[in-house]
Amino acid sequence: MKHIVKILSLLLAVSAFWIGLLQAAIIPPGYNTWLLPIYFVVSLGCYGLLMVGLGLMQFPTCPQEALLLQHDIAEAKDFFKHKGVDVGSD
Amino acid sequence: MSEPIGEVKTTKEARVIDRNETKGEEGKHKYSIIVPTYNERLNIALIVYLIFKHLRDVDFEIIVVDDGSPDGTQEIVKQLQHLYGEDRILLRARAKKLGLGTAYIHGLKHATGDFVVIMDADLSHHPKYLPSFIKKQLETNASIVTGTRYVKGGGVHGWNLMRKLTSRGANVLAQTLLWPGVSDLTGSFRLYKKSVLEDVISSCVSKGYVFQMEMIVRATRKGYHIEEVPITFVDRVFGTSKLGGSEIVEYLKGLVYLLLTT
Repeated sequence: MKHIVKILSLLLAVSAFWIGLLQAAIIPPGYNTWLLPIYFVVSLGCYGLLMVGLGLMQFPTCPQEALLLQHDIAEAKDFFKHKGVDVGSD
Repeated sequence: MSEPIGEVKTTKEARVIDRNETKGEEGKHKYSIIVPTYNERLNIALIVYLIFKHLRDVDFEIIVVDDGSPDGTQEIVKQLQHLYGEDRILLRARAKKLGLGTAYIHGLKHATGDFVVIMDADLSHHPKYLPSFIKKQLETNASIVTGTRYVKGGGVHGWNLMRKLTSRGANVLAQTLLWPGVSDLTGSFRLYKKSVLEDVISSCVSKGYVFQMEMIVRATRKGYHIEEVPITFVDRVFGTSKLGGSEIVEYLKGLVYLLLTT
């Protein structure tokens, strides 16, 4: 099954549930039909922004890797110089 | 988008491949490392040196797919072949720049290993992680082991705040929409079982980094066992290339395409 079909069926199921609740008058009449869906979409957006912010704060960095790479490059260049392979410069 | 060519295996067949290949012999694996290059005269030599340094007791071959580099990359590779042996370093060049996906397909045709590693030639992917990819695969019998920069133990160096923000935003969006099953969608440092790569690549049609995303998402949809290992990514070219508006648009288009067709 295509992914989009999965997502749409999920949304459909949730909407059917919400409409069912409205129809069965479990929710008091006069309650705005769109209130909960809007809350849901807004909180989804806030959750997304939170995840982006958290991820940004915890973004793993590795400054020492750049240094290690420089060592590796020097080691490799040295090796090739001794073997007579002309690698030129970057 | 054109129709994918070739056989597309179903999820059930994917599971059979996963199971059947446990019956292979332990310790008799060969790894074909495909490195697409364009103007990487210095870097290809460095990468070859580092691969030989870190894969001492492993049977492997390096397949360099060069797209007619004008800077003498192919000459350097020939010298490396002279030094290390033509059975360890294969030069399978092409006439001109033809794109990454076709470079992998071209390299695959000449691969004699039962596993295939793909990696970048610009030293952003460090060969020192190759043993951890191999170990992870042997431990879990995964069909694909993909490197992730976004977990503890991994990391990125050379990105400014804006770049990190777009990366993180793109990742959250992709995770929410696609449920891809991996933490790093656009990464291109991966180890595949050869038959799995052949299967997945035949059904992918995107270009550029969307291609990398498409590969991993299609693999997830087909039910292949995917594992991740942390890798560090030192971006030495970021300063020279910018992540502009057009890249962002391409990415969003790619996401929608994957949402609708996978």
